[in-house]
Amino acid sequence: MSELMVKAEAVHKSFGRLEVLRGIDLEVNRGEVMCVLGPSGSGKSTFLRCINHLEKINAGRLSVDGELVGYREAGGKLYELRENEVARKRAEIGMVFQHFNLFPHMTALENVALGPIRVKGVPRSDARNRGQQLLKRVGLGDKLNTYPVALSGGQQQRVAIARALAMEPKLMLFDEPTSALDPELVGDVLDAMRQLARDGMTMIVVTHEMGFAREVADQVVFMDEGVVVESGSPAAVLGSPRHERTRAFLSKVL
Amino acid sequence: MATSEQTDKRTGRPDEIEAVPVRHPGRWIAAVIVLVVGASIIKSIVTAKGFQWGVVGHYLFDSRILHGVLATIWLTFLAMAVGILLGVVLAIMRQSPNPIVSGASWLYIWFFRGTPLLVQLLFWFNIASLFPVINLGVPFGPALVSPHANSLVTTFAAVLLGLGLNEGAYMAEIVRAGFLSVPHGQTEAAQSLGMSRLQIMRLVVLPQAMRVIVPPTGNETISMLKNTSLASTITYVELTYSAQLIYSANFKTIPLLVVISIWYLVLTSVLYVGQYFIERRYGRGFTRAERASMRARWLGMGRGGGGGIA
Repeated sequence: MSELMVKAEAVHKSFGRLEVLRGIDLEVNRGEVMCVLGPSGSGKSTFLRCINHLEKINAGRLSVDGELVGYREAGGKLYELRENEVARKRAEIGMVFQHFNLFPHMTALENVALGPIRVKGVPRSDARNRGQQLLKRVGLGDKLNTYPVALSGGQQQRVAIARALAMEPKLMLFDEPTSALDPELVGDVLDAMRQLARDGMTMIVVTHEMGFAREVADQVVFMDEGVVVESGSPAAVLGSPRHERTRAFLSKVL
Repeated sequence: MATSEQTDKRTGRPDEIEAVPVRHPGRWIAAVIVLVVGASIIKSIVTAKGFQWGVVGHYLFDSRILHGVLATIWLTFLAMAVGILLGVVLAIMRQSPNPIVSGASWLYIWFFRGTPLLVQLLFWFNIASLFPVINLGVPFGPALVSPHANSLVTTFAAVLLGLGLNEGAYMAEIVRAGFLSVPHGQTEAAQSLGMSRLQIMRLVVLPQAMRVIVPPTGNETISMLKNTSLASTITYVELTYSAQLIYSANFKTIPLLVVISIWYLVLTSVLYVGQYFIERRYGRGFTRAERASMRARWLGMGRGGGGGIA
């Protein structure tokens, strides 16, 4: 078991002729929380999506827990993983989306129990019990049988977090989890994430919440135009940024 | 009469507003016109000699007619089953990244939507004149069995093929529209849970697509129910043909057409009810409140609310 959870080396990603990631190098250790900041279009969401292979990288190497994402290496050659192998690896990585993406035809509890039952083969009653616990933990113990449409954005996002946690992932990816929420609902979601960080979950969080980054992150990364402009402790990057681009960005959002 | 200034002494809440509602004389006039026209139409139908209501009553539950009703129900069910199954397969093929597979689906839909159903039925009925013997075996290779087309494609098989294959083309487009209506984020969320492509389709995409697929499919079923009458042209004994057999002998054409019209109406009405319940089943999780009931809409007629029917 390596200490390193995520390792990116010169990761490149293009959509057609548009190069979105132009050489990303970074490392996330087990149990660490990394916050990724940057203006929209800087490639931070794309990078996050590459980590669980929702996007395919074009060049460079990206590995999670010591294994390449989307490929197997043998004899100096890369072999593409089959669909079920990719799926098995995705099951170990939780992802929370900006727009929640809850399954609207299922209740909160059904959303949370679906993955364990169908992917991990957990018995239905066990999965439901565990789902209830998780929903209680994010403060939604009274919304088990509510459909997403009747939940507020903040409640939906907390169900989405519980849904990802139900798979007992070794890594959690958050793609702007609070950007689509009303300001007064952001706090509950951040609380749930804070709790998760305290429990030792390895997390990569793309966010605009500077307060959260300052308080929770072990490492802050500032991205712009597909490259990492600077990274380091929250105090260093947010407190005394070395790069002009970082300073300009922070002066606008702080 | 209460005014809004009066307040409940205990709660401090103002009294409910009791205003004089806006009157809608136009709605009442329109309703009266419609009722008068409707009543005169009904009167002329009931009193017209040509309908021979006595004969209609006599044949409504005739065993030959009832047999035709059952045949029509059975044919509708089977043809829709073939059509829906084929439609789902074709819709999935259309989404395939393989251009040959998606192209084949496109070609199928293009052909079966582009030629008249009646022509297709006649074609299947006459298939034996085109291919007297049907070779089943390795493509371009030796045949394993070679039954005669007439023994394989019976009248029933010709009707089922004609109706089902044609329906498949229409259902494919309906199912495809359903798939497209499900946001891509749903697939991504399911992928990130580690679900397989088949699981995503079955547990996440299809149940949501159903909400879009069901109403037009109900429409297709109602069309199918009536399109089965085309089978009469190739001598398949369903409802229409059983009536034709009777009136070709006794010349009571109009009353028998009325008899089968009544049956078609009864059957489509049953389908309406079925569709209502299926729609409600797949609408779960998409609406907060129940839709206003018919009763509430009727009550709204005389009131000022926007829910009036006129």
